[in-house]
Amino acid sequence: MTGDFAVWVYLSRTPLLWLTVTLLAYVVADRIALATRRHPLANPVLIAIALTAAVLELTKTPYATYFEGAQFVHFLLGPATVALAIPLYEYRATVLRSLAPMLAALGVGSVVALSSALLLGQAFGIPRDVIISLAPKSVTTGVAMGIAQSLGGDPTLAAVIVMLTGMTGGILVTPLMNALRIRDMRARGFAAGLAAHGVGTARAFQVNEVAGAFAGIALGFNAFLTAILAPIAVTFLR
Amino acid sequence: MILSLTLILLAQLIGEALARASNLPVPGPLIGMALLLLFLVMRDRASRLAPRVLAPPLVDGRLESTGKGLLANLSLMFVPAGAGIVGRLDVLAVHGVALAVVVLVSTVTTLAATALTFVVVSRWLAKPKARP
Repeated sequence: MTGDFAVWVYLSRTPLLWLTVTLLAYVVADRIALATRRHPLANPVLIAIALTAAVLELTKTPYATYFEGAQFVHFLLGPATVALAIPLYEYRATVLRSLAPMLAALGVGSVVALSSALLLGQAFGIPRDVIISLAPKSVTTGVAMGIAQSLGGDPTLAAVIVMLTGMTGGILVTPLMNALRIRDMRARGFAAGLAAHGVGTARAFQVNEVAGAFAGIALGFNAFLTAILAPIAVTFLR
Repeated sequence: MILSLTLILLAQLIGEALARASNLPVPGPLIGMALLLLFLVMRDRASRLAPRVLAPPLVDGRLESTGKGLLANLSLMFVPAGAGIVGRLDVLAVHGVALAVVVLVSTVTTLAATALTFVVVSRWLAKPKARP
């Protein structure tokens, strides 16, 4: 065994290496996003994931080994979700004034997210158990996996679809809102959080703090509402 | 910063405990968010008492900047889970194209329907008061 190889074998098993790789990938991705003046297509989450996945693939590193290091970053999702209370409180006056539009958008958005997934799934002839994993796609991963499992779907497939939905929403929200000429940051943020959960919320915070606050609210309430509506919606499936 | 993080983690911990105990379909961190919100409301309601009872970092804006620091890097926190998803793309293999189309169309429809509803209701409610 050569000296270099021994160093690699040692490092590749330590959490330090994979934590550093995760942060480096993000720093590079964020630089690329900044260089394009935060162009929606240069989504830092997508770029960082692609870079990290490429490194894992090239070094043939098992995901479990990678996660030993990356778990420290992953863990922060919980505290960050708790911290959503801070912008929410800061903009409480705006939030309280927007209760009616928020409730209407929550109801319409949640039903559209569920029914469009079920109807399109049926139209494309996707089998029932796969459609069930598709139903909670706009909800935060943990809740979506729970919903899919309890209705007889596949939680892993649900998690993959949730992440794809998040990416799609995070990338498309800005150009779509511009095309629809919606300039209200409350509406833009709320839509991002409702349709694309945390990834949409992360995008919203990059654009505007008010948008971020509204995305956080949408993320929370849609998780709750979808958990109630999904079992009902699935009974309409043939 | 440590004190602010401790408060945030404590809110999450109580949230997780409540989520487990109540079987509600809401993740612990979201209950933690509600608890932190409650803390902020009560802190500012008791604006005279709070600075005497609570440690300075919780009242002088340092809690807020710690929380905003976390949120500013929310994108980073999706990288580990996302990298795991790349390895599991095989579950999409059978219905790949159809699933991708459904995800794309459904997400765009949801974004548009949500934002348009928000804007329409908000304008409709604002109209009677809009007269100068």
